[in-house]
This record gives sequence, structure tokens and C-alpha cells, in this order.
Amino acid sequence: MGMTVTEKILSAASGRERVEPGELVWCRVDLVLANDITAPVAIREFERMGADRPFDSERVALVPDHFTPNKDIRSAEQARVVREFARRHALPYYFEVGRMGIEHCLLPEQGLVGPGEVIVGADSHTCTYGALGAFATGVGSTDLAAAMALGEIWLRVPPSCKFVYHGTPGPWIGGKDLILYTIGQIGVDGALYRAMEFAGPVINNLSMDGRFTMCNMAVEAGAKNGIIAPDGRTLDYVRGRAKRPWRVFTSDPDASYERVYEFDVTDLEPQVALPHSPANVRPVSRAAGIEIDQVVIGSCTNGRLEDLRVAARILKGRTVHPRVRLIVIPGTQEVYLRALEEGLIAAFVEAGGAVSTPTCGPCLGGHMGVLARGERAVATTNRNFVGRMGHPESEVYLAGPAVAAASAVAGYIAPPEEVA
Amino acid sequence: MPGRAWKFGDDVDTDVIIPARYLNVSEPEELARHCMEDADPQFAREVRPGDVIVAGKNFGCGSSREHAPLAIKACGVACVVAATFARIFYRNAFNVGLPILECPEAAERVAAGDVLEIDLAGGLIRNLTKGEEYRARPVPDFMREIVAAGGLVPFVARRLAERRRA
Repeated sequence: MGMTVTEKILSAASGRERVEPGELVWCRVDLVLANDITAPVAIREFERMGADRPFDSERVALVPDHFTPNKDIRSAEQARVVREFARRHALPYYFEVGRMGIEHCLLPEQGLVGPGEVIVGADSHTCTYGALGAFATGVGSTDLAAAMALGEIWLRVPPSCKFVYHGTPGPWIGGKDLILYTIGQIGVDGALYRAMEFAGPVINNLSMDGRFTMCNMAVEAGAKNGIIAPDGRTLDYVRGRAKRPWRVFTSDPDASYERVYEFDVTDLEPQVALPHSPANVRPVSRAAGIEIDQVVIGSCTNGRLEDLRVAARILKGRTVHPRVRLIVIPGTQEVYLRALEEGLIAAFVEAGGAVSTPTCGPCLGGHMGVLARGERAVATTNRNFVGRMGHPESEVYLAGPAVAAASAVAGYIAPPEEVA
Repeated sequence: MPGRAWKFGDDVDTDVIIPARYLNVSEPEELARHCMEDADPQFAREVRPGDVIVAGKNFGCGSSREHAPLAIKACGVACVVAATFARIFYRNAFNVGLPILECPEAAERVAAGDVLEIDLAGGLIRNLTKGEEYRARPVPDFMREIVAAGGLVPFVARRLAERRRA
């Protein structure tokens, strides 16, 4: 019996010939990651463990991105704990404001994650790196502290489910629509403890940015990891960036899957997740007309260059509806610069949008666009739970950048073709 | 010590357990003041030491924030019983020493306010109000090892000490 890509990575990392779903294994980790919310707790636990230093200073990434630039005094104190820890241990991959990005946009771009690696991060969206053919999963702060001290972590090998996408998607369909549709089909615990492996002709043709978006939201279906086996497109992305050697693993033809889902996405409309669940998904035509107050384009889900290009294609030469506040947040400084060079930032500002330095800010109701009672936002983010973006009686509608930009112009949830 | 049941539904996410607007601190006592605030604003004020949270499937889904089990624990909650748990929350609860039990039957049968007695070692939930008993799913052996070591922190401390000796 063959193995899936997830099983192969975990066997290599645990020094075994093969692993079976359900087995507990100790795996060496290639990189550990934490942010300004999770790192302070991890540092406290790390010190309680009696650890003198991280297992390898070049395999620790600390990215203050959630409440930064510091939104208040308490956040500033938290950020300082992270900064001082990075200085004390001379960590080269601490990313300061002005040189940073949203962690899951930044680390692939900086070549700090690569195919075949095991990455654990104290952030649930760490699963994003599966787009590079890595095993990447979110953990809590104490697990992160343990991995940072030991250089290894215990993991239960997840059963794999395969999601195969066929057909010819329409012009406005991106990774976000595919993953929202999938979560809508299987539910927020539809892949609980599982590996979600994405495959098929539509995935082969999907850009790296679209693949990051898909793997990013695997956790919204309860998955342990999302993964796409590396292909030519992956290696084109990795070459010239990777700071460590990488290793390509792919699933065997006779690998065993707990379940295989086949989707034909030829007639798929852009998708929208209504409040208050990422699984409460409808085609945009069935959400159209709902009036909105705010649009957020950005986040670890959709803050990459391709996302900004799609949004700018719709916003260029048009204006944001008078009732709507548009907030655009490039995912990294590099994305910001490229968007500037390509004229995308000008298109957003001329349309009447606000453009911010990279931050997770509004996605989790932190800062830079918190909602008041009763307000509604369309966001390219990943969660629309009660109170996620602000007041518990506010509402978040999740969509891709095309629907978000079209809705900013229309003033209500709108399909892209209605505007562009 | 028996405690009262606080009942919640399916897919209780960590944003509801402790909203991100309070994550600019990490002290458990401060977090506890806002625990479950967006699901039940009375909870943090009225919960008593020894009370039990009983919920449906996928408890603790969403963000990896360890502040969620820390907040629940600091409220004095003796145990969280749910039909199933989201995976990061499950690990975090063990790591911070918040007792949890997986028991679909209890999730279905227990009503808000029922008085429960929890036998953690035996994995038993006694409903003193209804005169019923529910058996939780066994805890994986490896997790028992971590619990026996006193939690992940002492477990790792011991491993580090072994390495230094080696």
C-alpha cells in the first residue's frame, strides 16, 4: 500500500519507513513560528520549561503582525516581550514593523518554508504552507514552546481526505471560491483531525497565490493540515527564495484515502460565506443586494499580489460607494511595493479606499477597521464568527477579492460582472 | 465536588470563548473576566468554581489561541464536556491543565443547570439531577503520559534534562 504526501513527510520527519493514520510520532520540525499574541505565552512557558535557548536560532520565526503597529499600550508591551526575546537569542528571523508582513504571506515569500518540511506555528492558519507541499499545522503556545525547546513535536498521523477539482472555472473564480465552496459542502468539522489534500486539473492550473488561499482555510473545516503536492509551479516559486534545501514528496497512486470528493467547478459562481460560519456558503447571486458598511481586502487568506490585482481590475476608474469604507491591506512590504509599482495602490486610493501597512488588524477585530453594532462587512478574510471583526452584533461576509471589490463599488454584495 | 452545567451548542469557537479584543493581555485572571462573553454575557459573572461546561460538537474551533482554555480554567470551570473537540483546543487544554472529556451522550442528555459530578480518572460523568451516568471516550495513552508527568511543561523539562546529561 502506498502513502499520501502527508504520510511521506511525517515518515521522513520521524525517521520511519512508513507511518499509518492514527499513529503517534515524534517529528523533527524545520521551523517554528509565533506572533505577537501567541509568542508572549510561548516565551513564558519556554522559560518555565527551563530551556536556555531555542533548538536552532535559524529555525525560529517571530512575526509581530496581529496588533501591530502597536494599537495600544498593552499590545506594545506584548510586542516588546517578543522583540526582547528575539534580541536575547539573536534570532535572525524576527520581523520588525516596516520590514514585516502578515506571517503566512511573509514566510513563503522569504523562503522560510519549503516543500517536504514540517512547520508548526502558534497560529491556526499555519496550514497555509501546505500549498508548497509542506506539512504545516497550527498549535497552541505551550506546544510551540515545547517544539522551540526540543526541535521536535509529537503528532498523530492524520487520515487523509482527497478533494479533486475538475472543469473549467469562470473568469472571476479564485482559490477562495473553491475553498469556500468546499467548506460549504463538508461543514466546519467536515475534515476534523484530517489532512485535506487538494488535487485535480483545476488545482494544477491554480496560481501559487490561489493555492495558499485554499490551504490557509483548511483549518476552517477542522483539518490538521491542507496540502497540495509540489509541481513545476511550486518549484518555480521556491527556487531563488528557499533558505534551506527542500524535498519533494507526492502521493502514491495507491495511497489510501479515508474519502475522496470530486467537484466539477465549471459552473461555479463566486462564493460568499454568510454570518456566522465559514460553512454558511451561498453562490453570490443568492447573497446579492445585502447592504454593507465596510469592505476589507487583505489578510493571510487574500493579501497577496494576485488578490490585489483582481481587486484593482474592478476598482480602477470606479469609486467606492459613499456609504462604504474600503480598507486594503497588502500582505507584506514586498507585496505593497509591487502593488505600488503596478499602479494598484493608486487605483485603490483614487477609488476612495484606505491602504494600510501589513497587519492582521481588522480580521480578528483588533484594529484598523473594527465594526460597530449592526454594521456589515464583506471581507476577504477567513472567519465570520460572532464578534470576529468587532461588536458581537456586527456581521462579516467572507468572499474573494473580486466580490469584495465589486461590493465596495455597489454598496451591497454584488457579483463582479455586475460592476466590471 | 458536584457543579452546575452550563450548556452551549455546536462549533463554539475560540473567538467566542475569548474575543480577540481582550488578547492584548495574557494573564489568565484578566482573560477569565471576558470568558464566553459573546455567547452568554452572564457566564463570567455567574460561573462558580467546580461548574462544568457542556457543549456539542467541535468545541474550541477556530484560532489556536491558548488564551481560550486558560480563560475557562481561570473561571474555575472543573471540566469541559463536549461531543467532540477541535484539534488545537484539545491539545491546548491538556497542555494548560484544563480537564476535558469527550462524550456525545452527555452533550445530548445534560440540560443547563443539571448538577454533575465528574470522575476524571474513570472518565465518568454523573448527572445527579437526572440520576444518569455517561461514560466519556478514553483519553489516548500518550496524553495520559503527559498528564502523569504533570503536564507538557514538566514533560519537556525532563526531556531537556535528559539531553543535557546525555
